Amino acid sequence: MGELSQNRAPIAEALEQFRRMRVVPFDVPGHKRGRGNRELTEFLGERCMSLDVNSMKPLDNLTHPTTVIREAEELAAEAFGAGYAFFMVAGTTSCVQTMILATCQKGDKIILPRNVHRSAINALILCGAVPIYVNPAMNHELGISLGMSIENVERAITENPDAKAIFVNNPTYYGICSNLKAITELAHRYGMKVLVDEAHGTHFYFGNQLPISAMAAGADMASVSMHKSGGSLTQSSFLLTGKNINKDAVRQIINLTQTTSGSYLLLASLDLSRKRLALDGERIFDKVNEMAQYARNEINDIGRYYAYSRELINNDTIFDYDKTKLSINTLNIGLAGIEVYDILRDEYDIQIEFGDIGNILAYISVGDSYKDIERLVGALSEIARRYGRDKAGMMRHEYISPRVAVTPQKAFYADKQPLPIAESSGRISGEFVMSYPPGIPILAPGEEITPEIIEYINYAKEKGCFLTGTQDLKVETIRVLK
Amino acid sequence: MELWYSERHTPNVKLSIKVDRQIFSGKSDFQSIEVMESPEFGRFLTIDGYMMLTEKDEFIYHEMIVHPAMAVHPEAKRILVIGAGDGGVVRELVNYPFVEHIDLVDIDEMVIEVCKKYLPQTACCLDDERVSIHIQDGLKFIRRCKDEYDVIIVDSTDPFGPGEGLFTKEFYGNCFKALKEDGIMVNQHESPFYPEDAIAMQRAHKRIVESFPISRVYQAHIPTYPSGHWLFGFASKKYHPIFDFDAGRWRGLGIKTRYYNTQLHVGSFALPNYVEELLEDVEEVE
Repeated sequence: MGELSQNRAPIAEALEQFRRMRVVPFDVPGHKRGRGNRELTEFLGERCMSLDVNSMKPLDNLTHPTTVIREAEELAAEAFGAGYAFFMVAGTTSCVQTMILATCQKGDKIILPRNVHRSAINALILCGAVPIYVNPAMNHELGISLGMSIENVERAITENPDAKAIFVNNPTYYGICSNLKAITELAHRYGMKVLVDEAHGTHFYFGNQLPISAMAAGADMASVSMHKSGGSLTQSSFLLTGKNINKDAVRQIINLTQTTSGSYLLLASLDLSRKRLALDGERIFDKVNEMAQYARNEINDIGRYYAYSRELINNDTIFDYDKTKLSINTLNIGLAGIEVYDILRDEYDIQIEFGDIGNILAYISVGDSYKDIERLVGALSEIARRYGRDKAGMMRHEYISPRVAVTPQKAFYADKQPLPIAESSGRISGEFVMSYPPGIPILAPGEEITPEIIEYINYAKEKGCFLTGTQDLKVETIRVLK
Repeated sequence: MELWYSERHTPNVKLSIKVDRQIFSGKSDFQSIEVMESPEFGRFLTIDGYMMLTEKDEFIYHEMIVHPAMAVHPEAKRILVIGAGDGGVVRELVNYPFVEHIDLVDIDEMVIEVCKKYLPQTACCLDDERVSIHIQDGLKFIRRCKDEYDVIIVDSTDPFGPGEGLFTKEFYGNCFKALKEDGIMVNQHESPFYPEDAIAMQRAHKRIVESFPISRVYQAHIPTYPSGHWLFGFASKKYHPIFDFDAGRWRGLGIKTRYYNTQLHVGSFALPNYVEELLEDVEEVE
């Protein structure tokens, strides 16, 4: 082994070396390098199957890394400017849950914006922590929730000085950042840990003129979806810890729920993607920026669409904006975002990341080309021409301030009964209701159901949002507390 | 030593042409471009290894992609040509005295330069004063056009590669918008014969049917294209390719052609049963 530097990929290299040794497998996986499952091997390719191997001495062990995985994790930590970087194989969901399980226990308070991903509230169900919600601000014109204002964070902190942690989205799905550095300093003054959901912010660590990253802001932990803007395989992520966090204690938490058969395909994809970003990330994200900006200009040129960007910045609830995001408001063409999302796929064979009540998000990455961006812009211009209508009657998403009646854990495990959603007003929900994507709950366990929420759910359904969360797969009934 | 150019028409079929020498080989930002000299077909142009045109049979393609629409439209003055950097379409168009302006949009400048230098047979008229050349993505160019053209000719490469965007619904919709109220769009419509090509042909047809009130398909035989049996799409806002065709008027123009004539115009819209069936399969509007 030569000296460790960012142009190395210890896990990928060990796998390659292992492959050349032509070891006879009398261990799992039982497909034995693909030979035992020809159909799957033809489907995925021989090389892929030959790399799907088990933990063993030359390949280290994810639950207790001492050699190549440890080296790869240290290299990743260096690349991200973190104290340590855990390779995670159960998605950013598992990173978010680890952050919360590592800092909160039953009855502990955690401050968080309500527009968190469901994984954060799931963690509260697991550990029994009490959510203290900070209302995110709203941009009423666009119908999107924004970041947290410093004033609201400060009030939540001073009213709950015993809270153990504060949770921040950096950025939101739409690309909006709170003042993470100020929030971090404030929280640290009160001895609270700062946990950051950076599912949509991997590139902040490598690009030019992008919002500050969690580690640079001094946060304690961050969950980074390497598989989103970082280019690794779906389900692979990094959990970053700050320099003052005991990484070995965090690993114990990870091992509570993480598989002991971590996929080497996922691990190698993290390793190689980290190498690529460390060596070439600046150029890569410059190109993404350039393409996103080009698309924004062209889309705004069509008229009636609004592809927004840094002009929204207000130094508080939109402290910064991630300009690699291509978020587009569709309300002025008289179509809900989800309708444009569906038309793009059904009529134009273009799949975008998501559509909500008033916006769509097209995910731009280094894998895109201008040729494909022309298709997206061309299709949007056609949709405006062919499907555009009067904007009257378009509902704008309003942030509905939740009333938390009981903790998510208590509600989740309580005795419940199913009720038609239309008749559930005034009851306490035992389940989630959310549109997916983005997976931000409209209703979370323990929250009171109000007529406003029912109206919103009905409207989202009517527009074709993919609603999830309830036991009832049709989302017609909801289980409420008895 | 023998030198042969081969193109796989399917995984199991290939066409090979004996080559005397390679005249040009280059790689642009979009594709690789080659010009070769052959004893049987004269010079020929390939893009990414696919046959684009030969000196021997290009007249069939270029006459058939231009004259049917020009003969149906009573007086096409403003023409948009997309792709066609080789100049063959323009060469046919400049025969019409009433054509006032031709916008030629090709994404790849190198194709135009190479053809001007090595294939003067097709590129001969690119300097005509009525022609404006725009080096741009066709989809981008047309997005800004509204009610501007009498005829649009889409001379694209195959739908796998840089030409892909020219086989999409958004592109055809934008063409509709760019045409005047009696405008006509003609497109290179692939082949019905081999299954892979037939699927591309059906997809293109489906999208055109969704975008235009009149959408017919006509055929020609082009020896160097896969199966030799090639189709063109005739999409129109107002004029029917046969009912609104005035053969006498076209003959009166005195344009000299080697393949196209007014009887063949009508006959080319008569398609084999299996092709009709492929088209009908995708014509049902939901």
